[in-house]
Amino acid sequence: MAATATDSRAQQDAHPSGDERFALLDKALKRARFEQDQLVELLHTAQEVFGYLSNDVLIYLARQLRLPPSRVLGVASFYHLFTFEAPGDHICTVCLGTACYVKGAEEVVEGTAQALGVPAGQTSDDGRLTLWTARCVGSCGLAPVVVFDGTVLGKQTTDELVTHIREVFAAEDAAAEEEEAG
Amino acid sequence: MARPKRPNVPVVIDGHEVMAYPDDTVLSVAKRNGIRIPHLCALDGVSVYGGCRLCVVDVAERHKLMPACGTAVAEDMEVHTQSRTLQEHRKLILEMILAEGNHVCAVCVSNGACELQDLAVELGVDHVRPDYQFPRRTVDASHPKYTFDPNRCVLCTRCVRTCSEVEGAHVWDVAGRANGSYLIADLGQPWGEAPSCTWCGKCVAVCPTGALAWKGKAVGEMRHDPNLVAFLTSARDEGEWLDRETM
Repeated sequence: MAATATDSRAQQDAHPSGDERFALLDKALKRARFEQDQLVELLHTAQEVFGYLSNDVLIYLARQLRLPPSRVLGVASFYHLFTFEAPGDHICTVCLGTACYVKGAEEVVEGTAQALGVPAGQTSDDGRLTLWTARCVGSCGLAPVVVFDGTVLGKQTTDELVTHIREVFAAEDAAAEEEEAG
Repeated sequence: MARPKRPNVPVVIDGHEVMAYPDDTVLSVAKRNGIRIPHLCALDGVSVYGGCRLCVVDVAERHKLMPACGTAVAEDMEVHTQSRTLQEHRKLILEMILAEGNHVCAVCVSNGACELQDLAVELGVDHVRPDYQFPRRTVDASHPKYTFDPNRCVLCTRCVRTCSEVEGAHVWDVAGRANGSYLIADLGQPWGEAPSCTWCGKCVAVCPTGALAWKGKAVGEMRHDPNLVAFLTSARDEGEWLDRETM
């Protein structure tokens, strides 16, 4: 009985936009059995799927879990990990944990921010790069650690990191040009 | 569990022997017996929050101070509410609350009828020791009937609990964390645009400061009605619709 009720609820409330990413979120919702105390887990899933938490996604979660929207936003805004603005094409996260900090991570953040014109914690105006900071990635042996698009880069200096990012951008530009040419 | 007809749990508060119901808290039994414990976030009719910590009391044989509003009574419990230390703690707590926001009585709608102000008088807060934070907060006057001034908000969550538990709309909640916490309506939108608000005004009635107020009130004109919630939640059982004393 309970299972059917849940199924019909999910079907009924499937997101009208037809965005397929919502299907992934639906799957997670079903796995969580629409339990309200699974909110944080589901926010994680939503951020993984969408890259950030838009109002649309928050309202969807609130509806599906039968929670007030203010509670959902209240919980999400408590955690630094959740972000409410769309990140850029590339995400560069600099670890500011104790070990990285001692090894000069702050200089890396400031240097990179200056060199690429992206303030820490924000996205560049062209929407290409987001520069985030984090508290300990858990690879203190590689301090200072940078996570660029999911890849861990250890023992970084400002120059190294900026060069790496510029290389990635250059490779991307070249590929785009080639595509345009033919 | 139904309450027994008479209170049957003996408790000693400040040397007075009083009888409590099994579901009483230290604060509720003290209140019924005319023993004053300062409190701010506690509100009859809604759930316990225990956030302001002004009602801290000393319970014998417990090694830390307990909030009276959230401490259940136990048989032969011995409670002290007025020691020097407690008064000092309460004073500092209130000073911190005052330093955290922008509480300027002279320009506040609630001046003269404000629970925060009354507490400051009661606890003898004549100056504030922590540094004032002077946070930058914007007033939300988007609602047609009410205004929300976060500068005067002490995050007691009375409005949050009242809206959620009594009105059932749960428009308000607290977002952010620590000293960066703030009150949000629905998805952080202006109050006037929050679709779940029913305009009932119970949050405004229970606000202990001038943070939530009727629109159009000038300095010192706002009168809150915090007893409204206790009345609404018990009136049906008590059958007292007609003889309520209004303010």
